[in-house]
Amino acid sequence: MSDTKMTMTQKILAHAAGLEKAAPGQLIMAKLDLVMGNDITSPVAMNAFEKAGCKSVFDKDKIALIMDHFVPNKDIKAAQQAKQCREFAARFDITNFYDVGKMGIEHALIPEAGLCAPGECIIGADSHTCTYGAVGAFSTGVGSTDMCYGMTTGKLWFKVPSALKIELKGRLPKWSAAKDIILHLIGMIGVDGALYRSLEFCGDGVAALSMEDRLCICNMAIEAGAKNGIFPVDDICRKYIAERTDRKYTEFSADEDAAYDKHIIIELDKIKPTVSFPHLPSNTKTFDEIGDIKIDQCVIGSCTNGRIEDMRAAAEILSGRQVADGVRCIVIPATQKVYLQMINEGITQALVNAGCVVSTPTCGPCLGGYMGILAENERCVSTTNRNFVGRMGHTKSEVYLASPYVAAASAVTGRLSCPQDII
Amino acid sequence: MKADGKAIKYGNNVDTDVIIPARYLNTSDPQELAAHCMEDIDKDFHQKMHTGDLIVAQANFGCGSSREHAPMAIKATGVSCVIAKTFARIFYRNAINIGLPIIECAEAADGIEDGDRVTVDFDTGVITNVTKNETYQGQPFPEFLINIINSSGLLNTL
Repeated sequence: MSDTKMTMTQKILAHAAGLEKAAPGQLIMAKLDLVMGNDITSPVAMNAFEKAGCKSVFDKDKIALIMDHFVPNKDIKAAQQAKQCREFAARFDITNFYDVGKMGIEHALIPEAGLCAPGECIIGADSHTCTYGAVGAFSTGVGSTDMCYGMTTGKLWFKVPSALKIELKGRLPKWSAAKDIILHLIGMIGVDGALYRSLEFCGDGVAALSMEDRLCICNMAIEAGAKNGIFPVDDICRKYIAERTDRKYTEFSADEDAAYDKHIIIELDKIKPTVSFPHLPSNTKTFDEIGDIKIDQCVIGSCTNGRIEDMRAAAEILSGRQVADGVRCIVIPATQKVYLQMINEGITQALVNAGCVVSTPTCGPCLGGYMGILAENERCVSTTNRNFVGRMGHTKSEVYLASPYVAAASAVTGRLSCPQDII
Repeated sequence: MKADGKAIKYGNNVDTDVIIPARYLNTSDPQELAAHCMEDIDKDFHQKMHTGDLIVAQANFGCGSSREHAPMAIKATGVSCVIAKTFARIFYRNAINIGLPIIECAEAADGIEDGDRVTVDFDTGVITNVTKNETYQGQPFPEFLINIINSSGLLNTL
């Protein structure tokens, strides 16, 4: 029967709810494998926890509290919030509490630490929690009250989403990156093009994408309004998981004739370096449409592009070159492991020699927190995920979203540039 | 339950960064957040806004970050209801979870103009534009969500 066919997301949600099937629009109560929060969203959940008179958490091993947005503490109020999280973690003996010295940007750290695996059902009080769909999990961003409910009961309600099927074909040309694929897709369908739906990626092009690539792509599913992004589980994924956890997991795959709201084919060979102009991620242009745009700052990092492959990409461009006069180039590895790996591979030295500043992990400038706030009329090319009005500072500043290659090339020239311009 | 007030109108894709900029996320105090609500999209919001007024917007209201501070800030300003063509899904959940009344209605989003007096009947989903003498039928909530709303938020269902 055609109505029993399910997408990958629907199968995971049905399994998590203990149901045979789950159809679009159905409201379900699903068991959670991980509940995550950060130093900004967790305090709100903890206040709700106290107010509701909750006395215990559902499973101290299945909660992750990651200090990443405003740490090392940017000001007194931020320090108070991190302190509240620290005390909560101690009180309930939370296994996966990541403080300064161990922390990384949550969506880089959780996959790296093996805290997400195929088939799992995960919520996080951060919109980019959709990142872990890269490992074949259902993973979605929620608010703090949902986090509190999940932390207390180990369950949460969901409306089962329909899906868009995104078929990737071929492989990316040199100097085009996973970031260009997702920016291209968001440019095509718009910032609400996948509203309330899943983005399910498939096709022969998947095999040519690394786990870092898939994490970058799923990370920005939310920028198309999606509930989640998800990749099929293949040998690349299995190897990545095996290197990080021995936890048992279940693989799910979409039925071949599952129903999708739309089927979009993306030819990876045709993907060009892409930039999202202010002030929407969907406002994309390729370099044949981009004129002379002078920049003041580059940010290379974030949960979207702060992984080791991104740092290598930046170094590939910046090694032996210099950041242009008048440009600040801020590089932020997403985790301690990436930070150390950069040192070991000589990347940090190359970037510092090029005139970059290399920070410890933080979300920092991505959301206009600290570590690179923009003044009036300043422009930044950034590997982050949002370019809304005021996102990185002054309401009259501008953020241009791009890949690490484009950000690094732009740092060298001082204007929006693609790698081909300087290599 | 009813809302009754003046409409303050916005466009498409009102994101959580303009509803409450991240530079203020070093607190979760509703009154502190309310003081900065909408300041990056509308500097005059607090002058225009009187307790009970409504925000009326186009598609994808609340897109971007998952910060619950966004509906918290709006609620604490005294806004009685947000009407939009569509809401970004995390904002939609958050608003219901903390008891900020929201309603999806494309006709109302198009028909209501800035400054119109609007009432909303949450039991029936009927939105009335008193100024223009028009009514629009909002999208009713499923029963599951009505239970959360009637409990004044998700945590009261625990």
